[in-house]
Amino acid sequence: MSQDVVRLWVYLSATPLLWLFATLIAYVLADIFARATGRHPLANPILVAMIPLAALLWFTKTPYTTYFEGAQFVHFMLGPATVAIAVPLAAEFKRMRRLAVPILVALFAGSLTAIVSAVGIAWLFGAPHVVLASLAPKSVTTPIAMGIAALVGGLPSLTATMVVVTGILTGVIALPLTRLLRVHDHAAHGFASGLAGHGIGTARAFHDSQVAGTFAGLALALNGLLTAVLVPLVMKLVP
Amino acid sequence: MLQAFTILLGFQLAGEVLVRVLHVGIPGPVVGMTMLAIGCIASVRLRKMCEAAATMLLGNLSLLFLPAAVGIVQFLPLLQKQGLAIGAAILGSTVLAIAVTALVFRFVVHHMKLEDRE
Repeated sequence: MSQDVVRLWVYLSATPLLWLFATLIAYVLADIFARATGRHPLANPILVAMIPLAALLWFTKTPYTTYFEGAQFVHFMLGPATVAIAVPLAAEFKRMRRLAVPILVALFAGSLTAIVSAVGIAWLFGAPHVVLASLAPKSVTTPIAMGIAALVGGLPSLTATMVVVTGILTGVIALPLTRLLRVHDHAAHGFASGLAGHGIGTARAFHDSQVAGTFAGLALALNGLLTAVLVPLVMKLVP
Repeated sequence: MLQAFTILLGFQLAGEVLVRVLHVGIPGPVVGMTMLAIGCIASVRLRKMCEAAATMLLGNLSLLFLPAAVGIVQFLPLLQKQGLAIGAAILGSTVLAIAVTALVFRFVVHHMKLEDRE
């Protein structure tokens, strides 16, 4: 009996089906929970769903590569989903053109703040150069961030982890923080979410409203480009 | 839906090809997004064709980040060595980036009298 269970587990744990299903069911349940809380920022579905999944991998000693064979089907959809941000961008084009000046000024201010404050705080704590270089691009989407980190002497895998942590943190704090600052404008709140927290911040902003999500998507793209230019300049100033 | 999905993948593919041919450090999907945005601004018909698929994908965008988020677990030991410095930098910098971006945005909107009148 127990041997049958072991055999069944050996079979299932090696197929993409099990881990694809685990990813979907964890998200579906986390999303139901998030809706039940009225999309409370702390009930972030990524944060809520990743904990049981990570625990399951840890308890069953399943390597991440085995998990990813199933999860890759979900991961793959990130590409077309990024392209799809074009649709609300086009729909909101008039509003964006009208707000072109605040968009560009906030972009430069926010992008520089994200880079300089991350490097500055870690430097004050005495972090070595490799950590500073890995931290500098932490607010931009993973592929751009990893490319920048490699260019300025950081560790791309460390950067990827920091990018995800930053995104989840942004998803959790962006709405309460902008409310605390009395910024109720969806465009401003969305733009800040996407600038500080790339795609994960954008995902949260789309839960808030279409306008917030669209401005987050715009910030994600613009900040990715600007950060690639600014990080090498800022890193030259680090002693 | 199938039509729309094919269009999205087509623009992603075009973006991937373009960044490799031009050797630029921008991800292919971001270039694909830019090209499709220009296409959708020029043609309302193209935008309408992609609308349902885009709404479906963007409404579940959080799900698509889950595999990458689970992946950070294997790198957590990397973070532990400089845990305090990294934690403080990420927390402080994220709070500052959100606050500065949102406040500057609102300040310029207010200063230029660009508030929504709709």
